[in-house]
Amino acid sequence: MSDTYRTLAEFAQTFGLVYFVALFAVVLAYALWPSRQKEFDAAANVPLRED
Amino acid sequence: MHQAQGTNIGTSKRMSVGEGGSAFAFAVLAFLSIVIAAKAHTAEYAFHAYLFAAASVAAVFAVGRLYMDRPATLPPLEIDGKPNYNMGPVKFATVAAMVWGIAGFLIGVIAALELAYPGLNGGLPWISFGRIRPLHTSAVIFAFGGNVLLATSFYVVQRTCQARLVGYVAPWFVILGYNFFIVVAGTGYLLGVTQSKEYAEPEWYADLWLTVVWVVYLLVYLGTIMRRKEPHIYVANWFYLAFILTIAVLHLGNNAAIPVSIFSAKSYIVWSGVQDAMVQWWYGHNAVGFFLTAGFLAIMYYFIPKKAERPVYSYRLSIVHFWALIFLYIWAGPHHLHYTALPDWAQTLGMTFSIILWMPSWGGMINGLMTLSGAWDKLRTDPVLRMMVVSVAFYGMATFEGPLMSVKAVNSLSHYTDWTIGHVHSGALGWVGFVSFGAVYCLVPWLWNKRELYSVKLVNWHFWIATIGIVLYISAMWVSGIMQGLMWRAYTKFGFLEYSFIETVEAMHPFYVVRALGGALFLVGALIMAFNLWMTVNSATVRAEKLALQPAE
Repeated sequence: MSDTYRTLAEFAQTFGLVYFVALFAVVLAYALWPSRQKEFDAAANVPLRED
Repeated sequence: MHQAQGTNIGTSKRMSVGEGGSAFAFAVLAFLSIVIAAKAHTAEYAFHAYLFAAASVAAVFAVGRLYMDRPATLPPLEIDGKPNYNMGPVKFATVAAMVWGIAGFLIGVIAALELAYPGLNGGLPWISFGRIRPLHTSAVIFAFGGNVLLATSFYVVQRTCQARLVGYVAPWFVILGYNFFIVVAGTGYLLGVTQSKEYAEPEWYADLWLTVVWVVYLLVYLGTIMRRKEPHIYVANWFYLAFILTIAVLHLGNNAAIPVSIFSAKSYIVWSGVQDAMVQWWYGHNAVGFFLTAGFLAIMYYFIPKKAERPVYSYRLSIVHFWALIFLYIWAGPHHLHYTALPDWAQTLGMTFSIILWMPSWGGMINGLMTLSGAWDKLRTDPVLRMMVVSVAFYGMATFEGPLMSVKAVNSLSHYTDWTIGHVHSGALGWVGFVSFGAVYCLVPWLWNKRELYSVKLVNWHFWIATIGIVLYISAMWVSGIMQGLMWRAYTKFGFLEYSFIETVEAMHPFYVVRALGGALFLVGALIMAFNLWMTVNSATVRAEKLALQPAE
């Protein structure tokens, strides 16, 4: 029981970091990719463009 | 789809699946409720079963009338190429938000006064502090905040997707079903029905009901998004979706309880010991993170750009804000269990994630505030916009204070003291309250087709009275909380505790009075708002469209 607990805890404490850093990198890449500028500019104007 | 039969003589009016299905389901529920009421173990449970029965019977009649009153075909999705928005449910939720809000603020003031003057309940158990405190928290969070979120989410999703809400009965079921849950929860608190979990006090049958309502809410929301004409889903909808989805998961996890009997209100949770505590605060903190933050950030991302008439400062930042916020918040719960039986590393994990949360929180705050860049002058003339901008400032303040308090060393002083209450209220009154007021001030003229609010001057009064109320509230709680924490940890030179508990209570009395005064001012502001909105709806000002050709005032 305590071994399972320690294994799981260690996994969470190490790979958790890798997981979050990788995820954050993906989000940043998606948000900052230069070619999406136009799409995001259009999206930002959605609330102002209604009827 | 019945056009092929259009040549037939006679009416082709038929009940839709939603109408027929829900009428049948409510009839079954009414029958079941009456059986349960007859055999219920306690009078309180029987009362709730009768409430369910009465509401179900009313629902059958309501669905029947809905069917009788409508033309043969369901309302069209578009009229003349423009979306035929369904704003009835939005209007209902907006009014419900104001009614519940005032009730919730009033109960808060009574609770505050009972703390300052403990005899105020007059010996009546139903209005003792222990019962009206959860009544207050649920009334303001779930009844007021919940209805604001329902109203704004159904409004925003329709407008940003240029599509009518999915379903004919379903949107009404969500709004009315949710408000019925509020009635069951609220009466339960007064009658002493509770499973003793913070922000999740209602018992199993109320939780089951809310689950059904919430799933329908999610389906209506998703269905409407799928009808959108824009290829991109506007960021406010992402925040609303995160709120709906996460609350569903949290609600299921924290209410995994087994009732003693179907005829009893009492249930037992399947989690035990420290696991139960962890699940509770995983729920509790994310109720703050996803109900009171993500949902209201959606309001910020729609209503501030709309009112300021400029797009959000950085759409890219809003994307990073979204993903960072939802992935980090879910881990912060353990900071409610510092110095408990929870494993140390889990406490540190909760603290660490709370501190990292500073960044997305402040990223979002900056994004909201900077939307005003180049239009700061509007703050002088538009008190509604000012209210929302101040709310974002309070958001920044509360999300600075929260991580600070999650640091273990700080928490050893702040935990269990009034400092926590002060922190919660700077977020609840300043952020959630003000951004909701701002959104409702926007919504009411839009929904009821009025050119403007009845009185901008009254909005100004509301703003200043409520702001002074908040400042009185939170500064009283800071002083009282830190004093309380310091008195608890004070030792004499012989190693004995320097103060008895009652001495700390005596020392806090003046601050409790100031707190009640602050809350009363906040309530007065909301009453002014209700009057203003009432006059707006009932004023004879011309409809917005007809004014298009007339010169502006």
